[in-house]
Amino acid sequence: MITVRYFASIREAVGKELEYFNYGEEVQTISAVLDFCRAQSNQHAEALAITKAVRAALNQTLTSLEAPVADGDEIAFFPPVTGG
Amino acid sequence: MPAQDFSLSPFIEIRVQAEAFKPGEELDRWCARSDGAGAIASFVGLVRDLNLGDQVSALHLEHYPGMTHQALNLIAAQASAKWSISAVGVIHRFGDLLPTEPIVMVMTSSAHRGDAFSACEFVMDYLKTQAPFWKREKTSSGTRWVEARESDMQAAARWEDKG
Repeated sequence: MITVRYFASIREAVGKELEYFNYGEEVQTISAVLDFCRAQSNQHAEALAITKAVRAALNQTLTSLEAPVADGDEIAFFPPVTGG
Repeated sequence: MPAQDFSLSPFIEIRVQAEAFKPGEELDRWCARSDGAGAIASFVGLVRDLNLGDQVSALHLEHYPGMTHQALNLIAAQASAKWSISAVGVIHRFGDLLPTEPIVMVMTSSAHRGDAFSACEFVMDYLKTQAPFWKREKTSSGTRWVEARESDMQAAARWEDKG
């Protein structure tokens, strides 16, 4: 199982902050997880649209979309950060 | 030359909190315990009262609790690896803030001012582009997520070929 978290404008647009998916062939990279999430609903597709800047974290560290995903990982998708 | 090698075990203090803080008190405390540092640089960021031409009445700051602390810690460690600094402190608030309240404070201690200044600026630049915080402003026309700025990306990118 993998955990996917959403933050800020993406969380609002998806309509949930957290979901769990079974780990399998279709979610072995961050990019694949992103595609998988987009396919969940129209809200997901809109929130995570290719035209939007989506940043990702793997196990609470910023990561690239090419990074491999393992069973049990926590993935997060969010817009570019705006702290400070 | 520094009297001692500060790079070996820099002291790092990271605080992510909902509570307000007083920059003056934090700086006094930092000065009081910075044994051997001849220089301390600090930066304080305040909540804007005006942004993109609109009056801001409140700010909500969302963050990623599991990630925030370690992201800030990593940035402080990177600063320690790049410059000769003996201590780095970062205080960052989350939750509901009012205009003009302190939102972030960075303090760096070093034997000399050059490293303290550079490390302080580096920590702020990286924090702006890598620490998982998101601002939501309340204005007279409603609430809106603050958009990331290209100038912040450029500010962070310039350290990659320096130091």
